[in-house]
Amino acid sequence: MPVRTLTIDGKPVSAVEGQTVLDAAQDAGITIPTLCHLDGVSDVGACRLCLVEVTGVSRLLPACVTKVTEGMEVRTESERLKRYRRMILELLFAERNHVCAVCVSNGRCELQNLAVAQGMDHVRFAYRFPPYEVDITHRMFGMDHNRCVLCSRCVRVCWFIEGAATKNVAGRGAGARIITDLSQPWGKSETCTSCGKCVQACPTGAKFHKGSTVAEMERDRSRLEFIVTAREKKQWIV
Amino acid sequence: MDLADLLEIKEKELRTRKPIRLRCCLAAGCMSSNGQAVKDSLDKAVQEAGLADEVEVRGVGCMRLCCEGPLVAVDPAGILYQKVAPEDAASIVAALKGGETQVSRGDLNHPFFTKQMSIVLENSGEIDPERIESYIAADGYQALNDALVEMEPKEVIDAILKSGLRGRGGAGYPTGLKWATVAKMQSPKKYVICNADEGDPGAFMDRSVLESDPHRLLEGMAIAAYAVGADQGFIYVRAEYPLAISRLQTAIKQAKQHGLLGSGVLEAAFTFNVEIRIGAGAFVCGEETALMASIEGERGTPRPRPPFPAERGLYASPTLINNVETFANVPSIVRKGAEWFAGIGTEKSKGTKVFALAGKITNTGLIEVPMGTSLRTIVEEMGAGAPDGNQVKAVQTGGPSGGCVPASELDTPVDYESLQQLGSIMGSGGMIVMDQTTNMVDVARFFMDFCMDESCGKCIPCRAGTVQLHALLDRILRRQATARDLGLLEELCDLVKHTSLCGLGQTAPNPVLSTLRFFRNEYLELLQPEIGAPAGPGNAPKPDANPTR
Ligand SMILES: Cc1cc2nc3c(=O)[nH]c(=O)nc-3n(C[C@H](O)[C@H](O)[C@H](O)COP(=O)(O)O)c2cc1C
Ligand code: SF4
Ligand code: SF4
Ligand code: SF4
Ligand code: FES
Ligand code: FES
Repeated sequence: MPVRTLTIDGKPVSAVEGQTVLDAAQDAGITIPTLCHLDGVSDVGACRLCLVEVTGVSRLLPACVTKVTEGMEVRTESERLKRYRRMILELLFAERNHVCAVCVSNGRCELQNLAVAQGMDHVRFAYRFPPYEVDITHRMFGMDHNRCVLCSRCVRVCWFIEGAATKNVAGRGAGARIITDLSQPWGKSETCTSCGKCVQACPTGAKFHKGSTVAEMERDRSRLEFIVTAREKKQWIV
Repeated sequence: MDLADLLEIKEKELRTRKPIRLRCCLAAGCMSSNGQAVKDSLDKAVQEAGLADEVEVRGVGCMRLCCEGPLVAVDPAGILYQKVAPEDAASIVAALKGGETQVSRGDLNHPFFTKQMSIVLENSGEIDPERIESYIAADGYQALNDALVEMEPKEVIDAILKSGLRGRGGAGYPTGLKWATVAKMQSPKKYVICNADEGDPGAFMDRSVLESDPHRLLEGMAIAAYAVGADQGFIYVRAEYPLAISRLQTAIKQAKQHGLLGSGVLEAAFTFNVEIRIGAGAFVCGEETALMASIEGERGTPRPRPPFPAERGLYASPTLINNVETFANVPSIVRKGAEWFAGIGTEKSKGTKVFALAGKITNTGLIEVPMGTSLRTIVEEMGAGAPDGNQVKAVQTGGPSGGCVPASELDTPVDYESLQQLGSIMGSGGMIVMDQTTNMVDVARFFMDFCMDESCGKCIPCRAGTVQLHALLDRILRRQATARDLGLLEELCDLVKHTSLCGLGQTAPNPVLSTLRFFRNEYLELLQPEIGAPAGPGNAPKPDANPTR
């Protein structure tokens, strides 16, 4: 395995060829904020929170899909990056209806945690207050579109790990939304195996176990890791 | 089919040509004002006048001055009739033999025509786009023959490199370099894709090429496929172009029948098939990675690059993707040589560019001019300025990704770099002229509305950012915004430009940024004073305000 050496925030880091900057940073104990990335599923580079600066490249590069190269100099923190990250989070909070006080994920939400970590303490954009519904037709799970950030993590686990291809994105722009099958109520789905992986994958209060009330929705991400390792490495974590 | 057969078809076509020709425009512009009926009645009038042996009536492609359509040209007399109605047919035919006609004539000595230089449009308005013989008679497919018989793939690429041709789809990437990259890739399968999605509001250059000279595109694609080692091509056309699609279908069928597509093209060991894919009308599907996803039957959303299509494109194979106009330049370059092409245009922008002139301009239509022609020549001379004695205020190029060039900068030459310096882009060739009645903030909002609607929704800065940009522009136009909102607008433009995933988001702020740069006053005039804020630009106290109260 050819090794690549690079620096991240001035710290020398060695990485394996083919690794992403995000992987290399994580291995070196450096945190880069992410939202659409989920260990074990393919990356899409959509949320843009993981953008980093690389010397010699004028554009900002998404760490989750950028491969390491020899001698690369990466910066994960700068005033500019912080400003961008905060603004991206502001845009998300203004986009749908994130009323944390009555959300199942309150206190355990990746979006909330990101806002805290990035110091996003207020939103300067006009709240959109779009009228979204909650789908609680499924026997075990619920989907609250008001909390969805369209990271597509649920779609990717459903397709590439469970292989059920139940979840998808429909519509475009601000009208994009997560659908079940051909836009049916989740409870009517004939393809959903009720495996619950999408619920585990969701970063916010958008997908939840029915019956969880405010701040009660806990996720068990190790379940995803278990399946991915079992599938890819044929090892069963105990 | 080989060169001798091509020449024989050409010779026969020229031999059977009648002394007098009436060329009727049957491209979408003139068709929409009854062009087909004009041609039919001319056909009938010629029959009735007993002139069928001497006069032929031919449907041709766009003759450029679309605003005066339906157009009919007379050869060899050199007359252009405009706004022809079916009832005019008899008098036009009578005029061929010394009779009188009241139909108005276009001035072929107007700069609109004389300042044009045709490469891409050389056959447009001249040949019948539905007959391959007509294209062959104009030396069509000879370049493909030259390439296959006399040139190695590498020599073709070298010619394109030396010609200095750059992509006409917007970004201006050197075409030869792109071809060389695809050619270098080791892969049993490669693809060539023609991007004919043309989604910019006000742009119709690519449509005209497809409708007026579809074989030129096929020939350009075949040469490209030979150069890069591909055997399958796709043309991705938007569904809103039914006439273009049907002419392409006809062209592909004819080319196959004549052994100019398929296996053993021109009796060489070269196979190339072309299929049409129809886009469902999403602007973002013009972005190359979204376009390929769409061809594969996936949701048309862009993905991060690298990998670039040249390395990993359609069905994960190396793929060459170029714009219609880019391919349309290729046969001429191969036939006339790279030096000839490189002699046209400016140092860094070679050849010509086709523009679709639209908006507040007297002569609406298609123009093809050498790179480096000034905007003033295009707008004031060729386009004859704004109608009704109005003043040209700005010219918008590059559609929703471009910017507005103010009238004071009209001496700018059109080339990739000069337009970029002004905060606009060459774009694919839409050129929208605005006069003093146009409010520039409104223009910015119009384009933002477009981008907001067309965002695919995948990345946050573009999906949610364009919505907020639109809301801020709307607020300014409703006179509810303050200087703080303007600051937020600028901050958000910076975010969307630098963090979006694809070109749509990355360029969506351009119309705002360029109007802010040249017409900032129009924004400031709409701002309201900040309550309790110190006076500043846009914050001046109202004249009737009482400071002592
Ligand atoms: C949002 C968006 C829309 C685009 N639409 C078109 C289009 O309609 N036609 C086109 O040729 N290129 C379009 N492009 C550019 C293509 O991605 C690509 O760069 C081009 O087809 C390459 O061809 P060229 O090198 O010949 O210019 C678009 C790009 C973006 C980001
Ligand atoms: S999903 Fe997270 S950010 Fe949104 S309301 Fe729930 S707790 Fe708040
Ligand atoms: S529960 Fe499993 S199968 Fe059903 S939608 Fe979620 S991931 Fe897909
Ligand atoms: S439901 Fe959850 S996982 Fe799915 S896109 Fe929305 S926020 Fe992401
Ligand atoms: S984590 Fe990289 S773009 Fe979302
Ligand atoms: S469409 Fe007839 S002249 Fe352009």
